[in-house]
Amino acid sequence: MFTRLLLPETSGEKQVTLIFEGRKLSAREGDSLAAALLANGLTACRTTPVSGSPRAPYCMMGVCFECLMDVEGIPNVQACQVPVHDGMKVRRQQGARSLDS
Amino acid sequence: MTPHDLVILGAGPAGMAAAITAAKYGIRPVVIDEQPTPGGQIYRSVESTPILDPKVLGEDYWDGKSLVEALRDGTIDYRPGTSVWQLTPQRKIGSLQGDSVSMLHARYVILATGAMERPFPIPGWTLPGVMTAGSAQILLKSSGVIPESPVVLAGSGPLLLLLAVQYLRAGVPIAALLETTSRGQYRQALPWLPKALRNLATLTKGLGLINELRQSGVRHVRNVSALHAEGDSSLNRVSWQCEGSREWQQLETSNLLLHQGVVPNTQMTRALGCHHNWDSRQLAWHPRRDDWLVTDIENIAVAGDSGGIIGAAASALEGRLAGLGAAIALGNINNSDASIRSEEKKVRRQLDKETSVRPFLDILYRPAAKWRLPINDTIVCRCEEVRAGEIREIAAMGCQGPNQAKSFTRCGMGPCQGRMCGLTVSEILSDANQQSMEETGYYRLRPPLKPITLGQLAKASENKK
Amino acid sequence: MSHCDFAIIGGGLVGSAIAYGLASQGHQVTVLDEGDLAFRASRGNFGLVWVQGKGLEIPRYSEWSMSSAALWSNLADELHELTDTNVQHHSPGGVHLCYSLEDIQRRAADLATLSQATNRKFSFSMLDHEQLKELIPGIGESVVGASWSRWDGHVNPLYLLSALHKGIHRYGGKYWPGGRVHRITKSDESFTIERNNDRLHADRVILAAGLGNSQLAPQVGLSAPLVPNRGEILVSERIRPLLNLPTTYIRQTGDGSILMGDSHEDVGFDDGTATEVLTSIAQRSVQAIPALANTRVVRTWGALRVMTPDGYPLYQESESHPGAFVACCHSGVTLAAVHAKRLAPWIAGGKLPTEIVPFTAERFDVHTVTPS
Repeated sequence: MFTRLLLPETSGEKQVTLIFEGRKLSAREGDSLAAALLANGLTACRTTPVSGSPRAPYCMMGVCFECLMDVEGIPNVQACQVPVHDGMKVRRQQGARSLDS
Repeated sequence: MTPHDLVILGAGPAGMAAAITAAKYGIRPVVIDEQPTPGGQIYRSVESTPILDPKVLGEDYWDGKSLVEALRDGTIDYRPGTSVWQLTPQRKIGSLQGDSVSMLHARYVILATGAMERPFPIPGWTLPGVMTAGSAQILLKSSGVIPESPVVLAGSGPLLLLLAVQYLRAGVPIAALLETTSRGQYRQALPWLPKALRNLATLTKGLGLINELRQSGVRHVRNVSALHAEGDSSLNRVSWQCEGSREWQQLETSNLLLHQGVVPNTQMTRALGCHHNWDSRQLAWHPRRDDWLVTDIENIAVAGDSGGIIGAAASALEGRLAGLGAAIALGNINNSDASIRSEEKKVRRQLDKETSVRPFLDILYRPAAKWRLPINDTIVCRCEEVRAGEIREIAAMGCQGPNQAKSFTRCGMGPCQGRMCGLTVSEILSDANQQSMEETGYYRLRPPLKPITLGQLAKASENKK
Repeated sequence: MSHCDFAIIGGGLVGSAIAYGLASQGHQVTVLDEGDLAFRASRGNFGLVWVQGKGLEIPRYSEWSMSSAALWSNLADELHELTDTNVQHHSPGGVHLCYSLEDIQRRAADLATLSQATNRKFSFSMLDHEQLKELIPGIGESVVGASWSRWDGHVNPLYLLSALHKGIHRYGGKYWPGGRVHRITKSDESFTIERNNDRLHADRVILAAGLGNSQLAPQVGLSAPLVPNRGEILVSERIRPLLNLPTTYIRQTGDGSILMGDSHEDVGFDDGTATEVLTSIAQRSVQAIPALANTRVVRTWGALRVMTPDGYPLYQESESHPGAFVACCHSGVTLAAVHAKRLAPWIAGGKLPTEIVPFTAERFDVHTVTPS
């Protein structure tokens, strides 16, 4: 649904690798996780705890809390508020989180 | 806890300008902002945007650069990547950076938390693929990310037009711009045009955008009177009706960008217990402030869009005024000093001129009731999936206000803390009960205003900075 | 709407349960309620249907609570059938956590006294850490043990209030929100209730206005010396089922969120929150269940309990103004069942439940409270 503009390479533009549910995806250093995933064709990032409906990032500014994902094992992280780093492990948030001991 | 003289929440134009002004008068302000880089939303990523061609984003965007450079010149204690989960009337601030909680105390606080999109609840708005125009601008500015399929833009307001033009300049195909501004609004706004002419620059820019849009030949549908987003697990189609016709038109798309103006982000002022007036021109809540921008609460001021929508340039001017006010209140400068009084006069004059365009724009793009009072089947509280019909049902049973509505339906109890539904729920209740918005009220808010874990909260009393 | 049989002043858990009880027995009721921003102790209720530990000074309170706990399932089922609202009532028993040996010993002694005073009707067990761990696998190491009672359970207090309101409506009761009652007078056989510019006439009037009862009671020859006592609650994000049974300070709701309390603060009429209190609730919760450390707090709450001088309820009919009643307590959830099923019939002219005989205002005049 989203893609990247073809832009000239600027110095300092680094690519990083994300690991999304086991799959390797490419991202631009400085992207938020939500932006990087949208650019890689992500449709839904979670299902709601109330009805299991699919949801995706909506506001990109930390207001809507739709972009909640499991980041490095921590559930319900707002993906638009997290900058990508190399090797970041990400999963979709399925319903309510569980509590690991 | 040794108090800081001045703490500013928000590093958008108002926050940055307030800090720069206060620093001029010998204060070392602390600026706390949750984004990793400064600029707020309007100047987001101005230091690092991958869109280097200045024509794409437009000249107003690049105005932010000088503010950001001044913010970083060493006189200001700038703390990015830090969220504020609590602010008390005694000006005790709870902040969180990474995993570390800090408590600060300030003698004076300036809130510059900006604006957020007005909710635009239409059937299907929760489907993946439906986003806000503001979010699309952030994707563009910060990451050079654009919609893939021809995108549909819908709603009204200057930001929507700006985005459309930015997309055109960047070569992004637009399937249609569905405008909800109705015919009557041009007529209603006209009496405000003479006043608006004082800010000719803004009007001219606006006309320029409209012209650029027209010349591009993009399909521009006017007087849209109904709008639906459709799809199973994600958006695949947008349907609409126009005023005066019962025919439903459709477009297949997997990207819909909604926008019907921005409203002040009043989470902080609400949690403080400040009094808010309902502004019927902007159809939004404004915290009550005196002429130094101070709220009902001593030494807590609000500058910029979070006090009432005025735009980026005016926000910076309010920031300057608030910074000046802080320096006077803290005793660094004296208001009887001639140079200070003349500075104050200058800023007020510029602010007056800059905001003269507001009434015209506010009325022209004010969303009609049908766009703020959705049909029963529409989800109003996205977090808890409460529909408009449920709110109307309990109103019929005697529920008069949003806090009762919250306790009976769970609306407003989700993680967004009412940011996405607060306005809509109050408006539905006001309409159903035939009571004013002020009589109806708004959600009662309490900390934490931003997510904080129990473990982090448990350590809150330990770290005082 | 100028006359009704029963006017109930206060639409919180106490007033609504009484009104529901009366309406379900065929009486004509009107509930008067304040607006959206009233103190509303009901909105701050933790949701426990709790028996253990109650009535240490006045054991009849334990009996009253047990009577309610026994009737609670019926109330829940009835409300579900009538209003289609599931109030999420569960009675798996409950535990009171103890953090030291001294704590455990004192608790055991108190509960033993209570059991004896109720002729063993109230029963309980003491659990050590290992036994507790079987009930709550994630329990923290520093929790020494707990007292457990089969009498305890929990419910969703907001859904309960909503269901009671719907139930009152279904039975033809009227709900009249919009402000505080400022005056009640009696003439001949009926009461006149004044609010703003409105008047309502009623054969009987029940004061269930929480802290507001203090000012209203004297107008009908009653006394209700009440003070506010603040309690604060933290609410977490939704979590998959974790806690099978409620504890005094931590429970998991049917929606998945974890509720954590509590506090007892003497702060007057301030229903805000205090950082130190929220922090200490967080600390205790993490001590009890360490895995909670990385759950997010999405909401906090402060509400004012309705406290009599000794913390026990107040139920009384006026002698000088027969037909006027006062009802106050700070356990509106636990007692909802007896309020609907046993208090309401008394108010309608039936027998006074023996358990509540001690709970009149006269006891506050006694200089020392002696256990009966």
